[in-house]
Amino acid sequence: MDMPPPRPERLALKTELVARLTEALGPTGVIHQLAELRAYECDALSAYRCPPMAAVLPRDTAEVAAVLRICHRMSVPVVPRGAGTSLAGGALPTADCVILGVARMNAVLETDFANRVIRVQTGRTNLSVTGAVEEDGFFYAPDPSSQLACAIAGNIAMNSGGAHCLKYGVTTNNLLGVTMVLMDGSVVEIGGAHMDAGGLDLLGVICGSEGQLGVVTEASLRILPKPEGARPVLMAFDSNAVAGACVSDIIKAGILPVAIEFMDRPCIRACEDFAQAGYPDCEALLIVEVEGSEAEIDDQLTRIKAIARRHDPLELREARDADEAGRIWLGRKSAFGAMGQINDYMCLDGTIPVSALPQVLQRIGEMSRDYGLEVANVFHAGDGNMHPLILYDANKPGDLELCERFGADILKLCVEVGGCLTGEHGVGIEKRDLMWHQYEAADLEAQMAVKDVFDPAWLLNPAKVFPLDASEARRGRPAAA
Amino acid sequence: MRPDSEAELAEMIAAAEAPLRIGGGGTRDVGRAIAGDMLETGGLSGIRLYEPGALTMVAGAGTPLAEIEAALAAEGQRLAFEPGDWRGLLGTEGESTIGGVVAANVSGPRRVTAGACRDFMLGVRFVDGAGRIVKNGGRVMKNVTGYDLVKLMSGSWGTLGVLSEVSFKVLPEAEARGVLLCEGLSDVQAVSALSRALGAPWEVSGAAHLQRGLDGAPVTMIRVEGLADSVAYRCGELQKLLADIGDFTVERDPERTAAGWRYIRDVAPFHGRAGEVWRLSVTPSQAPEIVARLDGAEAVYDWGGGLVWVLVPDGTPVRAALTGGHATLFRASAARRAEAGVFQPQPAPLAALEAGLRAKFDPKGILNPGLMG
Repeated sequence: MDMPPPRPERLALKTELVARLTEALGPTGVIHQLAELRAYECDALSAYRCPPMAAVLPRDTAEVAAVLRICHRMSVPVVPRGAGTSLAGGALPTADCVILGVARMNAVLETDFANRVIRVQTGRTNLSVTGAVEEDGFFYAPDPSSQLACAIAGNIAMNSGGAHCLKYGVTTNNLLGVTMVLMDGSVVEIGGAHMDAGGLDLLGVICGSEGQLGVVTEASLRILPKPEGARPVLMAFDSNAVAGACVSDIIKAGILPVAIEFMDRPCIRACEDFAQAGYPDCEALLIVEVEGSEAEIDDQLTRIKAIARRHDPLELREARDADEAGRIWLGRKSAFGAMGQINDYMCLDGTIPVSALPQVLQRIGEMSRDYGLEVANVFHAGDGNMHPLILYDANKPGDLELCERFGADILKLCVEVGGCLTGEHGVGIEKRDLMWHQYEAADLEAQMAVKDVFDPAWLLNPAKVFPLDASEARRGRPAAA
Repeated sequence: MRPDSEAELAEMIAAAEAPLRIGGGGTRDVGRAIAGDMLETGGLSGIRLYEPGALTMVAGAGTPLAEIEAALAAEGQRLAFEPGDWRGLLGTEGESTIGGVVAANVSGPRRVTAGACRDFMLGVRFVDGAGRIVKNGGRVMKNVTGYDLVKLMSGSWGTLGVLSEVSFKVLPEAEARGVLLCEGLSDVQAVSALSRALGAPWEVSGAAHLQRGLDGAPVTMIRVEGLADSVAYRCGELQKLLADIGDFTVERDPERTAAGWRYIRDVAPFHGRAGEVWRLSVTPSQAPEIVARLDGAEAVYDWGGGLVWVLVPDGTPVRAALTGGHATLFRASAARRAEAGVFQPQPAPLAALEAGLRAKFDPKGILNPGLMG
């Protein structure tokens, strides 16, 4: 994947830029020595690295505005960064950009239990939002697997999901308002504690815009009362097709579990080797979790197990206590770590209609043999959000490129069956050039027109999301004086 | 104009040089009145795909809402955002279409916990003001592939493009329903009861308060839906939780409870009555004091107080009573709508962004121009 080459006229501005930024933020807020900039050279898509010209760590909205005004005036691109956990390269710098990190902006500004909303600075981590309200019986629902580390800013940028969004929705469904700084330094307020912001749904288009429309500095998030309890059941099947049919039947029966997770044989085996969760030896495994009181959980699980039995499961294992529930989730939650033990891996997140599941898994298996690269599948089955993990060896020349070609083929397959390139990780640089497979020129033009309005000079995270050839003319634009 | 295909729709808009009034079934006459040729979407009708096991449906924008709801009901599913029927409130006729529902982001009582219409939208196809056909999103439940124009189109009232097709998530119909009812609470007591119920783990799916119920007395309503035993249990827990505020009884009759929530959803208390109707979107706990500032107002509180419908004497300056949020002048004479502005004016920086988007999506300024202000 290419990034546009740094522009010499921007690199030449470094001394002046650093001086102006330091004037605005003080010396502790600006990083410009190469050794220290290494910390910002990549995100979780670590195959791609490039130290930025400088990194800034503002403390509040006013400081963010000051940084953006300076960069806007000097025509220097800005790449916003949450916690740097993007798997899509959303926070990957170019050598001629400034990284704007929100990590120091992590305060809770207001908790309002009567109206079920919390206001935070967006550098706050996802899990610590729940941490701020859980003693009062509430939680923040979107739960990306990086939730311990990832920041709300990044969640908003990527419209992050998680295992439990079948019931609770993704970030956009839980975001009520933002304070956002535009590239020219102006500050806009959208929404708040009321349930729908007025006018056009700007909040809806900002969420998931990958830091290209503005820098969100504060957010009002919907918090929900914690359920009384939750319990998973594990189901083992001897084929992916049968497990897929079982998922569909559960949903058709009118029961909405809070999560339905699916693992295929390679994934089960790797997790078992890694975490010894005690998973059965089978082709496909489902973890279905429901919530409620003890009696309600029993009622739902009784119905779910009855449906599962019609599909001749090899095993049905219901957690009898918290310990057993933990064991059922253990393997699933360690899936990525287990893969990391085996090899380098690339994690995709194409989404497909649930009905296409068996067909897609079979095709991925065939492609895996053709490419000679192993792939394990773990995913959110209730909503069709796949996570194929392709194993490769970063030290073997050509293996990364081979893996990327395989990954691209899987994503094209997802689009072909009626799905999409990315369900929750975002486009970033990783899927940027595949966008032509999902969209026609007019579709991309309409999206880029939105960026034209928010960031006419295309200085915010400019080389992401849109294929470079599609955005080239815009990225070349000089900034307005 | 009544195109029979998306291609024809695109040709008509590309050729148009004067303002167009975009309409689905014509049941949601909200916004500033517009002079211009009528463009009806009724020809873009039909359910294109329905996968109950994947909880998804794709339909032409002109498909009647009733047709969609019937198809879903046949599979025991529903539109969870519970779109209202505004004909009684607005004195309109015709058949509501799904495209109209999306364009107006019509969201009923269940919005308070399940989400609004825009939260269930998965994909759109539309023709922008230059006649360009654009698709965004798709038919899968999780999709962050590019910008979310699906949300931008939802609630844009036909001012950014004319929807030709929409895809959306549906949910199972609930097996059982229970409604807690309490008469005689003040607005403040009612909103605090609703807030407490919504803050408890019993998955309330409707939280409303009428200043004047069917028999004239105030009535507070809290809905629970789900498996039968669960509904019984949760209603019991809620009764205990709210005992110090009021004596809530439980109604389980399917017909009566359904009718009760339709009454709220369609703002039935204001049907056929003189006066102007405003729709307020506010911080729930502030709702009673806002209503108290409006002389001669009658209020229907939904969404735990976050949505307030008020019937006020003509000319009441409702926006002056707000402390945040926004107010839409939902029903009034054309002259009054033109004078007061139907949608609350946005602060300047947001207004500039909106104007910028309109200039991009509707460069000729022909799609419901001025409808949203």
